[in-house]
Amino acid sequence: MLNFSKINVISIYLIFIVISVFSILNFQKAEKFPIDKKVNLGLDLQGGSYLLLEINSDTLIEEKIQSKVIPLKKLLKDNNLNYSNFKINKKTLNFQIDNVDTFELVFFSKKNNIVNPFIDNYRSFELDYKKSNTNEIEVSFSKFGLLTINNSALKQSIEIVRRRIDDVGTKEPTILQRGEKRILVELPGLKDPDRIKKLLGKTAQLNFRLVNNNTEFGVDELASETGEMLKISKRIVMSGENLIDAQPSIQNQENEPTVSFTLDRLGAQKFGRATTDNVGKRLAIILDGKIISAPNINEPITSGSGVISGNFTFQEATDLALLLRSGALPTPLDIVEERTVGPDLGEDSIKSGLTSLIVGFLLVIIFMFYKYKIFGLVANTALVANLLMLIGVLTILEATLTLPGIAGIILTVGMAVDANVLIFERIKEELKTEKSIIHAFDSGYSKAKITVLDANITTLIAAVILFVFGSGPVKGFAITLGIGIITTLFTAYFLARHLTSIIVLKNKNKEVKI
Amino acid sequence: MIGNINFVSSFKKANIVSITVFIISILFILFKGLNYGIDFKGGTLIELRTDTSTKASSIRNSLNSMNLGDINVKKFGKDGDYLIKVEQKNIKNSDLIPSIKKTLKNNLNSEIDFRRVENVGPKVSAELLESSIIAISLALAAMLFYIWVRFEWQFSVGSIIALLHDVVITLGLFSLLSLEINLSIIAAVLTIVGYSMNDTVVIYDRIRENLLKYSKISISDVSNLSINETLARTIITSVTTLLALLSIYILGGEILRGFSFAMILGVIIGTYSSIFVASPILKFFKVSSKTLEKDEQRIEP
Repeated sequence: MLNFSKINVISIYLIFIVISVFSILNFQKAEKFPIDKKVNLGLDLQGGSYLLLEINSDTLIEEKIQSKVIPLKKLLKDNNLNYSNFKINKKTLNFQIDNVDTFELVFFSKKNNIVNPFIDNYRSFELDYKKSNTNEIEVSFSKFGLLTINNSALKQSIEIVRRRIDDVGTKEPTILQRGEKRILVELPGLKDPDRIKKLLGKTAQLNFRLVNNNTEFGVDELASETGEMLKISKRIVMSGENLIDAQPSIQNQENEPTVSFTLDRLGAQKFGRATTDNVGKRLAIILDGKIISAPNINEPITSGSGVISGNFTFQEATDLALLLRSGALPTPLDIVEERTVGPDLGEDSIKSGLTSLIVGFLLVIIFMFYKYKIFGLVANTALVANLLMLIGVLTILEATLTLPGIAGIILTVGMAVDANVLIFERIKEELKTEKSIIHAFDSGYSKAKITVLDANITTLIAAVILFVFGSGPVKGFAITLGIGIITTLFTAYFLARHLTSIIVLKNKNKEVKI
Repeated sequence: MIGNINFVSSFKKANIVSITVFIISILFILFKGLNYGIDFKGGTLIELRTDTSTKASSIRNSLNSMNLGDINVKKFGKDGDYLIKVEQKNIKNSDLIPSIKKTLKNNLNSEIDFRRVENVGPKVSAELLESSIIAISLALAAMLFYIWVRFEWQFSVGSIIALLHDVVITLGLFSLLSLEINLSIIAAVLTIVGYSMNDTVVIYDRIRENLLKYSKISISDVSNLSINETLARTIITSVTTLLALLSIYILGGEILRGFSFAMILGVIIGTYSSIFVASPILKFFKVSSKTLEKDEQRIEP
């Protein structure tokens, strides 16, 4: 175990140097070096906000199931299926039917099925039905139907969340899908996420609807901005989809902050027609079911642009414009998890993390030197090399360093010496019975090998499981712990062994104490 | 090497102590319960820095007016640093946190720096708890499997009992001291599992080697010899690990305190269990050189 071929020695030190060089990249100030890699600081160290959003698709599913009512009734009629007791529930449609077999046949027909299309991706129909004993049929979305709805709502939401966050202008936001219903948002450096939370908390569905008593389309009774109850027609004159731009503006006369909007061609046509036909009436501007304002239509607006007023502050007008520009969310988003760390706490954490790293490192080094003298120096050299390589690997992977991650590094320092301690203690035992020093060292290394491997693999298993199941900062801990084990094995079995061999071979005729 | 200590003679006493402490820990966990943090219970945590003159009671009073359920305010490190925990019930995050901030700003006559805000909804906290339990169970199962592959089933059972011993007693102590269980404590528990296993494996490895070397000696004597032979290593590694952990505990700041405390407990308990729990179990299963014979070739390649 003490013989190294030249190629071995060269490759050991080459690997060590190449990996360690990467650790230095973290300390360069100007980016002179061609490779720009750095360890990322986690949100808990640089400060920032982590938000986990969940789409709330209940209302969306309600709307979608309602949209099936007319086609479903038509399907039943076209196939001469008599139904009774048709009921629309929140997530299901229920009705009585006589001929269930025929129903099943048309309901699950793959050809031109408008009511219940076949989703090729999942090899499943969009809807499913259950039958009770009394021939009552309950139609609801199938598992994959729900998945499709959630998926498309989620994809759309991610897009809109991204637009809104980009518009606010935070640096390097991360926006990712998490599972079937969630969006992960990371906003580094953001001190107060309240404004962004407010912006993400609104679906921003904008409608223009006429105020009148005409019940042809049904009416909703809503409170206006002044508290007056107004009857609002359910018919939507125009919605936010037709907006191509919105900007905050100041109305000259009263210096009042407002939002000016520009419509696309279709929107301009719709808006022009509605305002021409209804001069003198009031047009309610409704955002997320609440009236912003309900001004009088004084004259036809055919220019394709307009102004929304509603006693805004300038900040409110800016935010509303932003929301309208970015488009409406398909469903409301709930914030199900938030973790925000202020920048000064992050700085404090880095400071205390580094202090404890340095102190822990020094304590271990002093102890090892006291315990093993010259071989303690070998172990300590291996420890320094270990630390450099660990940081080097983290840099190459551009891993994220968190506060628990720093704790993982310190722990690695404490545990890394174990491999060398195992070997040295083994050699001590061998020296008792073995006369030849070289043989004693040799068999010490080979006998300790299995133990060192076994012992480290168990810790590695724990680190891998922690990485898979852990979240955020804990993952950072798992990464440093896991990589630390691998660099520990390398430094103990290659670097330290080579250094030991140099010492032993030089002193082979003298007595070597360990 | 450290002198020849007779560990086996104290196995019986140690086992009685271990079993008693283990049972008391389970009773504590079952009846006193664990003090779950917001990660697992849901709720809101706010760390803030105010003037050193601000009192915890004035923070508590101003929040009490909001009817937020259980509120816990405690000093966190320096004077004027406080940690507030609010047991939140079905209030939306986007409404709750701004209103808490506003109330505090209005009621305390001091600059407030909100250093940390964490809010975990009930669904997410339930999921985090579930995945933590899965992670710990999976880690134990993986260890069981690894040792079973590398050694015999008796070793595998022995090491798992030692691990359960460590995890349960660590959690029992957390229950006794009412310390908070959060995600970083779970990370600590998993690391303890790794560390304790590491320690057990070193002793088991030596027991296996000595069983093959001295096939005539009883398992008690082989255990004693092996523990003694590896004792120096056991102590040195524990010392270096504890040095590193103490450094985190004392200098690493408030956030890492719970984590490093759990790890310190775990390292001490884990070192103890490798000697006084894992080894006696081999004697209990009457492990001898014969147990190893059938696998001899695989072990010594």
